[in-house]
Amino acid sequence: MVEGSQPAGAAPTGAGPWGVALRRLRRNRLVLAALALFVLIVLFSLAAPLWAVHVAHTGPNTTHTLAKVEVDGEKREVVDPTGKPTGPLWFGAGGRFFLGADGSLGRDEMVRLMYGGRTSLFISLIAALITTALGAALGLLAGYFRGWPDTLISRALDVIWAFPVLLLAIALGLVLAVGGLQIGPVTIPSGSIWIPIMVISVVFVTYTARPVRGEVLSLREKEFVEAAVAQGAGPARVMFGELLPNLWSTIIVFFTINVANSMLLESALSFLGVGVQPPNASWGTMIATGSTLIKSAPLLTILPGAMILLTVLALNVLGDGLRDALDPKSKLRLEVHAGLAEPEGTPV
Amino acid sequence: MGRFIVRRLLGMVAVLFAVSVLAFLIFNVIPNSDPAQRMAGRNATPQLVASITEEWGFDEPLPQQYLTMMGNILSGDVISYTNRENVDERIVEGVPATFSLCLGAALLWLTFGILFGYLSAVRAGGWLDRVLTVVAVTGISIPVFWLAAVLLNYLSYQAGIFPSGGYVGLTEEPLDWAYHLLLPWLTLAVVQIGFYSRVLRSNMLDAMSEDYVRTARAKGLSERRVMTRHVLRNSLIPIVTLFGLDVGVLLGGTILVEAIFNLNGIGQYAFESLKGLDLPPIMAIVLFGAFFVVLFNALADIAYAYLDPRVKLEDSAQ
Repeated sequence: MVEGSQPAGAAPTGAGPWGVALRRLRRNRLVLAALALFVLIVLFSLAAPLWAVHVAHTGPNTTHTLAKVEVDGEKREVVDPTGKPTGPLWFGAGGRFFLGADGSLGRDEMVRLMYGGRTSLFISLIAALITTALGAALGLLAGYFRGWPDTLISRALDVIWAFPVLLLAIALGLVLAVGGLQIGPVTIPSGSIWIPIMVISVVFVTYTARPVRGEVLSLREKEFVEAAVAQGAGPARVMFGELLPNLWSTIIVFFTINVANSMLLESALSFLGVGVQPPNASWGTMIATGSTLIKSAPLLTILPGAMILLTVLALNVLGDGLRDALDPKSKLRLEVHAGLAEPEGTPV
Repeated sequence: MGRFIVRRLLGMVAVLFAVSVLAFLIFNVIPNSDPAQRMAGRNATPQLVASITEEWGFDEPLPQQYLTMMGNILSGDVISYTNRENVDERIVEGVPATFSLCLGAALLWLTFGILFGYLSAVRAGGWLDRVLTVVAVTGISIPVFWLAAVLLNYLSYQAGIFPSGGYVGLTEEPLDWAYHLLLPWLTLAVVQIGFYSRVLRSNMLDAMSEDYVRTARAKGLSERRVMTRHVLRNSLIPIVTLFGLDVGVLLGGTILVEAIFNLNGIGQYAFESLKGLDLPPIMAIVLFGAFFVVLFNALADIAYAYLDPRVKLEDSAQ
């Protein structure tokens, strides 16, 4: 009846798995809130140059050690003679030093927080992209070919996996921070943000590759693969035409979680001094700077940490929600048990 | 079983060998980082550098250097480049602090992880589940070192409730030992509590749709009995594996928490050595840490096979 009233050619409801997933996502208010939060954080970081130029009138690395700002008609030092930075001035100085200065160098904390967000988000997104692509490719190759390619890939991953994660990351970060990296024609100077990106990608690959390999091992025994092979499909065709489409939901969920984990690892590395190098701001380096003043100015530690927490939280909730939406089995599972009380609810 | 153990042991040795080679290579590809130059200091004469090179054997081929170092690590004769102290002894000194930290935190996160996960699954979709979900996901998302720094500031520097770090031996002052470790335990456990409760919750929800649960209900068992004896028990099996792996990873040193609370354990030693590009302790600690990862991985597999009769050890050894 309802279907009959729809104009011909309109997409039928529940068109495909992606449509179904999208509908499930739209119903999940918690996931929508997380998505909104993440978008807000990205916008906040993207707006850094606007705020820097039009409101704060300073750059993220500009020092104001001896400068004075006018607050309500009275001159105030950005950094007092003992080296203590000014606290938040809000709009007292027209938006300059909105959140105060970042330490004895007197850099604008708000500007650094925004630029730091750009660095942290860029590193985590790119690192997660590399990790996920590399992990999926390795898992696909190992799972599809089995035999010696599988042995080779799996053993290599075992080694990375047995290496204590943080120790490996710090070792790589440190070595590359000292000397930079030169592979053939590509030179990455020390201090480049591509160094933490590479370190994080390498360290996390195994956590994506292993589960993907497991899934491919079971997928390749399915009838549709057999059918494709019977039709004369070669390895590339089977892997990219048949297996990959079935892996997308896993890959998307892993990507989201990888971004979250990359952000945590980037902040830890930067905090320990082997990630993003000064004077560049990232949320991790800001915590490192702030924590030396934590007794007198705790806000300088709390703010960048809270930004990391909120971003990672949003990504984790998003990842959980995506998993529920993309994996119909988990949906079924939730409906069976939680469905009676709340037919609409998709608890993550 | 015998064949499984032999194969497994050989695999462990192979992985440890590869890990040590990897660590050695990472630190030998650094450009402009002749260890003799660093040890000699900034204004060293070429003669001094040459004699240090000679003494420590830095001019030998890399495989030879690798073998010498591994031999020294395994025989307990390995000496630091920077201060010439015995590395193995220093690691043994760090063991009590690191193990106290890890095992205490592990107990804490296992207890609360299981409790929260169980409550969350039993009340799936209800308000308690929602609250616990928010708590768990927040826990997973916290940067550990940040939490440590903030807790230390407010509970120790400002309020003075807790000591500001340091490690007191268990045998010297048992109460002081726990008092000094409470904040580090809490910090380390928060992330894992979130993670474990999420995993247990989803395992339990999976188990609830199994036939044996329907059978148990049909037999007329009470809901509580169905949940604890049938659902929870079966859902705990993967948790055992996970727990083994996590403890294995942590025993190799918890760099961030140890550094912030100044516990002087293996993790802190690792970080200090890394900063000084001091290869012998780094190699030794990497091997030490990887040993526990590999060992607990094997233990977890054995425990898994023991708890789940469907799994045969020969299968998991592939």
